[in-house]
Amino acid sequence: MSATFIAPNPPAGPAGTRLRSRPWARFAVRRLRRLLISLWVLVTVSFAMIHLIPGDPVRGALGPTAPAELVEAQRHALGLDDPIVVQYLHYLKGLATGDLGTSLVSRLPVADVVAQRLPATLVLAVLAFLVAVAVAVPLGVVTGVLTRRGHGRRTELAFTTTSIIVATIPDFLLGVALVYVFGIELGWLPVAGNDTAPAYVLPVFSLAIGPAVILARIIRVEMVGVLEADFVRTARAKRLPARTIYAGHALPNAVTAALTVGGLLLSALVAGTVLVENVFAWPGLGSTIVRSILTKDYPVVQAIVLVYGVGVLITNLAVDVALALLDPRSKIRED
Amino acid sequence: MQGRWTRVVRTPLGLTATVLVVAVVALAVLGPVLWGSGAGAVDTDAILAPPSAEHLAGTDNLGRDILLRVLVATRLSIVLALLAITIAVVCGLVLGSAPFVLGRRSGRLLAAGVNIAVAFPGLLLALFFAVVFGVGATGAVLAIGLAGAPAFARLTQTLVAGVVARDYVAAAQAMGIGRLRILVRHVLPNIAEPLVVNATIGAGSALLSFTGLSFLGLGVQSPSYDWGRLLYDGIATIYVNAAAALVPGAAVLLAGLAFNLFGESVAKGLGVPAGIGLGAVVPGRRAVPVDAPAPAGRTAAADRPSDVVLDVRDLEVTVPGPAGPVRPVRGVSFDVRRGEAIGIVGESGSGKSMTALAITRLLAGRGRVDAARLEFLGQDLLAPDTAVRRRTLGTTLAMVFQDPMTAFNPTRRIGAQLAEVATHHQGMTRRAAAARAVDRLAAVRIPDAPARVRQYPHEFSGGMRQRAMIGMGLMGSPALIVADEPTTALDVTVQQQVLDLLTAIRRADDVALVLISHDVTVVGEVCDRILVMYAGRIVEDLPAADLVTAARHPYTRALVDAVPDMTTDLAEPLATIPGRPVDPADVPRGCAYADRCPLAGARCRAEDPPLVAGPDGPPGHRVACWHAGEPLPAPAGRDYDELVESP
Ligand code: SF4
Repeated sequence: MSATFIAPNPPAGPAGTRLRSRPWARFAVRRLRRLLISLWVLVTVSFAMIHLIPGDPVRGALGPTAPAELVEAQRHALGLDDPIVVQYLHYLKGLATGDLGTSLVSRLPVADVVAQRLPATLVLAVLAFLVAVAVAVPLGVVTGVLTRRGHGRRTELAFTTTSIIVATIPDFLLGVALVYVFGIELGWLPVAGNDTAPAYVLPVFSLAIGPAVILARIIRVEMVGVLEADFVRTARAKRLPARTIYAGHALPNAVTAALTVGGLLLSALVAGTVLVENVFAWPGLGSTIVRSILTKDYPVVQAIVLVYGVGVLITNLAVDVALALLDPRSKIRED
Repeated sequence: MQGRWTRVVRTPLGLTATVLVVAVVALAVLGPVLWGSGAGAVDTDAILAPPSAEHLAGTDNLGRDILLRVLVATRLSIVLALLAITIAVVCGLVLGSAPFVLGRRSGRLLAAGVNIAVAFPGLLLALFFAVVFGVGATGAVLAIGLAGAPAFARLTQTLVAGVVARDYVAAAQAMGIGRLRILVRHVLPNIAEPLVVNATIGAGSALLSFTGLSFLGLGVQSPSYDWGRLLYDGIATIYVNAAAALVPGAAVLLAGLAFNLFGESVAKGLGVPAGIGLGAVVPGRRAVPVDAPAPAGRTAAADRPSDVVLDVRDLEVTVPGPAGPVRPVRGVSFDVRRGEAIGIVGESGSGKSMTALAITRLLAGRGRVDAARLEFLGQDLLAPDTAVRRRTLGTTLAMVFQDPMTAFNPTRRIGAQLAEVATHHQGMTRRAAAARAVDRLAAVRIPDAPARVRQYPHEFSGGMRQRAMIGMGLMGSPALIVADEPTTALDVTVQQQVLDLLTAIRRADDVALVLISHDVTVVGEVCDRILVMYAGRIVEDLPAADLVTAARHPYTRALVDAVPDMTTDLAEPLATIPGRPVDPADVPRGCAYADRCPLAGARCRAEDPPLVAGPDGPPGHRVACWHAGEPLPAPAGRDYDELVESP
């Protein structure tokens, strides 16, 4: 039997083009406004940092025995003599022209220090994120399918318990443990620096495992929920193979929800590089900022805080854009 | 309250966490008293010694015992973490409840500020504050406390908003009571519990963060030492004595876990009603018996007329319930012939939707389907699923679901969702499938189909989505369409369009239809035959044309009476069926309808009437009632007090 049911085609109206216009513009404007406000707050806060330090930061940095002329000169060099509004405008102007000041310790331009250290941190964070996603997605989907409603209560309990415990281990402790096992006991992998490819393994995994497990947990919960959804029943009514139902229909919907949390994880991962870099003597921003805090090299600290903050903002923006691309409804959703 | 706390302790995880927390706290109190002097004892003969019987975890660079130092460090580590979390909670509470006290404008500004701060990871904030407050224990406590404040502020905001929405707060406000007073009197007591629980979880995180700062050299400074400081020193000597780094690390981890797990268990124990997670759901046997023995006396497959599309015999559905398996469908038999439209009516809970899902094998894992026979186009649907069967069903059995809003995948274009059927089952190329999708959408009278296929479900109206759903079924060449309440969720104005479309398809192509509905009018209009379901069984099977005249079952007659017609006086309340539907978990003995039936007698309560040919009905009429067709008492006798739900 062939379906011969064809109703007369109503004439196509001019509606087509109008229907295709999307509220992308409004989304972009709204998101851009939020980004600019956050950026302004971030810049202002990083500017304010040095002024929030109780007492005289220069005196504090140089120590009580430093001669008064030196302190004066340093204050002048930092521009701390000017009225605060002038300092603020000066700071903004510097940022706009890429001038982040001069290191109090090394006398190098801070912009150079950042430019030299940033790539190592960036590579570490990006690799860790990729590993986390590569682990979390299959793990979350498979456990989600195994523990869907009415199935696998034991698997669920085991997975949830393990993941809570693993997710609690902070990245730097995990790093220490990995150094001990793979670096010292087994001697398989280098534990410091970033000169060779094997040197990347331990830092990347220390950073990635926690977020991977949390993400997998979220994807699992979402999968279990999505597998109950009506449209999954529709997909089953279409008699699609299980693989297509899980990967093609359920996963995209589970991921959109997981992305929001994934964004928070990603920005936490950016910050997590600070600790992990210090475990592995990674020549990035993280080891630099800690050293600079200890030596009271404020311009460097200020700049690196700013860079991390911008990294977080960019991450959040990327997540929102990805959400908008993946979930056609989110653009028009007011937030 | 008592019971809720014991429940926390009763779970294995909760018990472990509680024991650990108690142990950590005891150690914090006693550690420095017991081992304070031992931990400080310098032994120049045993500098950086590896673990031995004398020093279980070895010694540090001054020859001090690592294990004792770790035990003693418990107090400082815990105290600092608790101080930090207290700062976080207090600041968070102030920041989070301030918008309520301050009122709209400044409140919104504050909330926006908190939102921005929350977006930044705690560690970054902590580093910032560590710079401001300087390196050292005090600075680190302030840094971690303030860095944790935004998260607690956000939590407080959410909690406060939830309480403020309640009536008594509105009442207090209406009475002119000051906002600060309302906050203290009414709001805070109500949000204390979740705050404390989260603070417990937060204490674990604060401990770990503090260790992080000390590990970076920004926290506790020598000669004081917490676990993080010991870890910092231990890392430097990890090649000489690994235990110097591993033992403090393990201590931090254990204590952090203890607080986290304790908090999580308490949250779970306090927030979740009793019974959940304690094996409340009895998993039903999942497998469908492949070789279900056919009861004696059944006609062999060969004897059946060949135009039977769907053949259902003694269908039963069993799902796990809180008190043992529940059987929402209890022995349903019917067949559907080519081009025939069968309507299944009944109240919600009558098992009609379960029947629809069971006959299409779409009942999800929890339910079990048994039947003496379940055949579609001669294929045994009780047999395990195969690729071949999927292809057959995918192209010949179409489904229409109740809620078109949720039945489409929100993340994919309508066209792609239609085309999928053709690429998977009919071997079409993407392009050909896409063209067919356009054609099918046009066939179900969706205007401007070429543009519409590229839209997402949310861009379609409800009626249009339902038509697209039908169009999806038409991607193949269906022999049967099963429509489960296809118009219930739709606007009244488009209901008729969808029904007309189904009828038109049926007429044009001889497609059989099983229409499930609670609305006897809808079914009567579209279908040839009507099956009336009650409590999981068919109680009457009659031609739609004779619905009003031939109905013999008291339930069917009540359903018909409940429909307003020309003679109904609209000023009078609509007739409804008194009493409540039967709970599938608790089906009474005898006729399930007896409790609501005006004709019920002693036999009705003892024996379940079988579905047999009606005494004086038209051909094919079947009814399950001991008193079929007997005159009903006057409707005045109805008990209008106990109206629950009209069918
Ligand atoms: S069998 Fe008895 S109780 Fe059941 S419907 Fe008929 S008369 Fe009513």
